Amino acid sequence: MEEEKETTTTTTKKKQCFWTWALASVIFRLVLIHFSRNLNLASRPEVSTPLTSLRRLAEGYWLKQSSISPYAGSMYHGSPLLLSILGPLTVQRGEGQYNHLICSLLFVIADFMTAVLIRATGQNLQMAYNQSLKSLGIVRLLERSEMLASGDIAALVYLWNPLTIVTCVGSSTSPIENLVIVLSLYGACRRLVPLAAFGWVIATHLSLYPAILIVPLILILGYGPDSPRRKLFQQRASIKVGENPSTDIHYQQKELASQPMLPLRFSWRLVVHFILWASLWSCYVLLLCGISVRQYGGLGEMFKSTYGFILTVPDLSPNIGVLWYFFAEVFDYFRNFFLIVFHVNILFMILPLAIRLNHRPCFLAFVYIAISSLLKSYPSVGDSALYLGLLGLFVEELADMQFSFFLFCGYVGISFLSPVMHNLWIWRGTGNANFYFATAMAYACFQIILVVESVSAMLNHDRMLRKLSIMKP
Amino acid sequence: MAAVLRFLIAVLLFSSIATASLSQEEEEFSEELLLKPLADRKVLAHFHFESKAPPTRTYGHHHRLFPKALYQLVQKFRIREMELSFTQGRWNYERWGGFDPISSSNAKPPGVELWAVFDVPHDLVDASWKNLTHTLSGLFCASINFLESSTAYSAPDWGFQPFSGSLRYGSLPREAVCTENLTPWLKLLPCRDKAGLATLMDRPSIYRGFYHSQRLRLSSTEFGSTEVESGIALDQTLTVVLQPTTSHRASMTYSSDSVLQPSWSLSSIFGRKVSGRCVLANSSNVYVQVERGLMSELKILHAEDEGSGADNLTFEKTWNNPGFELSIAPNRVIKEVNILHDETSIVLYEYLIDNYSNSEPFDLGFTWKFPVVWSSPQAPLHASRFLMGSGNERGAIAISLKATEPSDGLWFADTIENSCMLRFNVFQVVPWYVRVYFHTLQVFVDGKPQSVTDFIERMRISPSEDKVSPGVMEMALKLPCCVKSVTLTLEFDKGFLHIDEYPPDANQGFDIPSAVISFPDFHASMHFLKDDSLNKSPLLSKFQERSPVLCYTEVLLVPLTTPDFSMPYNVITITCTVFALYFGSLLNVLRRRVGEEERFLKSKDSKKTGRLGQLLSKLFAKLRGKSWEPTQTQSASSSLISSKLIFKVILVAGIAAGWQYYSG
Repeated sequence: MEEEKETTTTTTKKKQCFWTWALASVIFRLVLIHFSRNLNLASRPEVSTPLTSLRRLAEGYWLKQSSISPYAGSMYHGSPLLLSILGPLTVQRGEGQYNHLICSLLFVIADFMTAVLIRATGQNLQMAYNQSLKSLGIVRLLERSEMLASGDIAALVYLWNPLTIVTCVGSSTSPIENLVIVLSLYGACRRLVPLAAFGWVIATHLSLYPAILIVPLILILGYGPDSPRRKLFQQRASIKVGENPSTDIHYQQKELASQPMLPLRFSWRLVVHFILWASLWSCYVLLLCGISVRQYGGLGEMFKSTYGFILTVPDLSPNIGVLWYFFAEVFDYFRNFFLIVFHVNILFMILPLAIRLNHRPCFLAFVYIAISSLLKSYPSVGDSALYLGLLGLFVEELADMQFSFFLFCGYVGISFLSPVMHNLWIWRGTGNANFYFATAMAYACFQIILVVESVSAMLNHDRMLRKLSIMKP
Repeated sequence: MAAVLRFLIAVLLFSSIATASLSQEEEEFSEELLLKPLADRKVLAHFHFESKAPPTRTYGHHHRLFPKALYQLVQKFRIREMELSFTQGRWNYERWGGFDPISSSNAKPPGVELWAVFDVPHDLVDASWKNLTHTLSGLFCASINFLESSTAYSAPDWGFQPFSGSLRYGSLPREAVCTENLTPWLKLLPCRDKAGLATLMDRPSIYRGFYHSQRLRLSSTEFGSTEVESGIALDQTLTVVLQPTTSHRASMTYSSDSVLQPSWSLSSIFGRKVSGRCVLANSSNVYVQVERGLMSELKILHAEDEGSGADNLTFEKTWNNPGFELSIAPNRVIKEVNILHDETSIVLYEYLIDNYSNSEPFDLGFTWKFPVVWSSPQAPLHASRFLMGSGNERGAIAISLKATEPSDGLWFADTIENSCMLRFNVFQVVPWYVRVYFHTLQVFVDGKPQSVTDFIERMRISPSEDKVSPGVMEMALKLPCCVKSVTLTLEFDKGFLHIDEYPPDANQGFDIPSAVISFPDFHASMHFLKDDSLNKSPLLSKFQERSPVLCYTEVLLVPLTTPDFSMPYNVITITCTVFALYFGSLLNVLRRRVGEEERFLKSKDSKKTGRLGQLLSKLFAKLRGKSWEPTQTQSASSSLISSKLIFKVILVAGIAAGWQYYSG
């Protein structure tokens, strides 16, 4: 994968290096934005889906300006808030494309902020994790992990990922969606409950699928960020108690003092706060939306053409997912059945993953994001960019992941083949829909392998930790 | 003397009352045919049949002449106005004229066009429309029922006709028009095609033409929407443009470039003659129309022949002039009165069919004597529409309007003012699978991009909704007269349909119906001298009505990408396999406990494991990425398993064979 490549480059460099690389990526984006007219990325199906396309947003804004509901017709399916913020920037002016540049700049800033937040989250995670490892007394791992600043790696992977760059330059709204998702994770890791709730509410409002992130967010707030299994702490505590009963009280006090960030008990207070804040923010967002769509169809129309559009998959234009071709071909009689099946596939995995990975909520969030970007109805490379960036946060844990080179090659191959097949089918007319669908299928398979292998590697890592902690005493 | 006078007055009064009451109460039918030589060596034949039924309130439900089917249609769906046209070929506005009553009301878009105004509450209009389409589809043997779906029709507000709310408009550009549509149309005539002018409709010669448009227009005042109750009027017109066969004489060249127009007669273009009128018709007339342009050319010829002292009046009254000759002397010559064109005007030669019979059939001949080149009156703007872009992902529609040569007197009145403005409306319906981005609307005036708001007075957009409604665009534009050309462009994305939504010939492409360009300030009408006898002719009174100039653009053919139509099962199975792979392997990773698994395997190995367990453990090992080592006991028991398996297979085969034997 890319992060391995990045690993070799970044490990030798110091912290200053991060900022130079980050700035370099921003400059690279600005250079690309200068040529964005020629690159013509905005109309690529990989970059802009019906939900994130800025062109559709412009149409929605135009309709709104001519006092028609922005959701009239099947053009715009995004949030009315985004329409009020980005809408004025899409208006074409007479001479220069001043507004267009501002809009692109906004996406660059969003990308940069996402990277900074990922870095901060990574540092926070690493600190907490190191503490918990120390408390378990596994020092062997710490020596290795101190060299890898996983936050920096993840942020740089996110910034330099070609998929992120393409999404950013292709002006789709997914950088903003990614930003709010990362914002909620950051807020939860830093225990900033209002921020986490805000990020979650906005992310859910923008693209519905982040709604399932409520499980990892509650787990982060309840138990704190990723740590080894809680059973190990208990075992270790009991072993210590058994070994030297004379100093048990003293030791336990010391341990508690050393790790205030890792409460073994579930802290309901924060979770209740989170739920309160989330309901407050959602009321606020609904109020704002209600105000902005009041003179048209109201909130009912908004939900119908945003969430309804996501759930019923009426737009069958090709994208990198598999659902468009499936629903273009499936018999109408079974359409509803398969709609339910595909969406329930996301929901079915929530509980088993949450049970098995409840001690690693950030990793759980990563898995949820990967699964939803795999199964969502209108996926784009922007979603992949986010989970590939988050993958960098778990460099140490996933160091011995299998098939990583194979997956890397697969991603590279697909990202070259898919546009070729699309071109053959749509533009040249010499190819067939099946060619393009085959690349989408292969992409889905690679994503599945990535998810399965990363989960498996994480569980193996946990097993290793258990063995170490049992052997250590 | 006084008594005689009183008697006379009484008689006059009585007769006038009688005629008045008669004319009010009687059903009327009239048949007329207009022939017009066209500038490009073709002949236009325009049949016009009009039936009128008096109001039901005074006349009752039973009719002698009026077709029952249409009467019931009007009564059932409460139709105020309706027009249905079947057209093949495209009206050539440049050569056949765009500024006369025939082109503005009879030039129709290819395929079927239907619009109707209903006299029902607004919420019932759609239901009435749907029922009407089905009824008409049955009546005319056409697939008008496809207009039932809400994706096929639209409700224009002001861009098409000034009726708002209860008007519905739909068109089927792909519909093939042929004789099976003509036969039910002829059935509505009281004499069908057995007598009268309709006998000329020889199917091969009509459908051989360059343009063929059969039209049916109903208007009724049955439902008290207007003060005057005139009952139901049914206009049936058939407009054909035919190419007369060139004789040897016609190929003679007169001068270097001009060729003599082919001469024609009724029997040469239709292959038939008129053997008398339809006895049920009140009037049965044939007109030959000579256009203004032709007339002025002829006048120049005449002046050259006769010298300077040519008399306009005598010249126009003759049917035998230096340009052409009519084989039969007309019963009357009607001249258009136009204040703006003093010098030349349209001339109509009228023939009454009453005078002809079976023994003496009417066969009008039109012989050209001298090559004449003229041009037809043009609409202020010539409209054409085309697609831009390549590939099957997106494109753009462009409507290009070019100013025609300002033919004499077009710019009346306005030219005096400083701000000479030309107004026109564009009405465009786009099917939903052509997803138009209305914010990309651009106006190019004389090739330069201009601000949209400067030229568009008002605009009404109803964006298309996927699989629900088409996109409708109505625009009123205002241009200074000096503008030479205007181009409107709109970008669109092509939609992707479900495989069931593609027509049988999906790769041919999809049609975008014609756009309608109308000029509300310009009216194509003729003025004749006030004469009672003229009012009797429905065709001439139609010509005198002020109708706004309309023109239709071309139908566009948009190729859409097709999925593989043979793939549904493969796609379903492959996709479901991938999803199963995801679900199964992820769940497997989650529930796996390495320590327990090893213990379990050991305990299993001591016993005999089944084939399934072996496979599963192999799969687990694969997913774990470890090589699978079959244990010793496993290999030892493999022979036993295989014999068991063979036994099972034989058993199943035996049961199957038995089942086949007993049930078959």
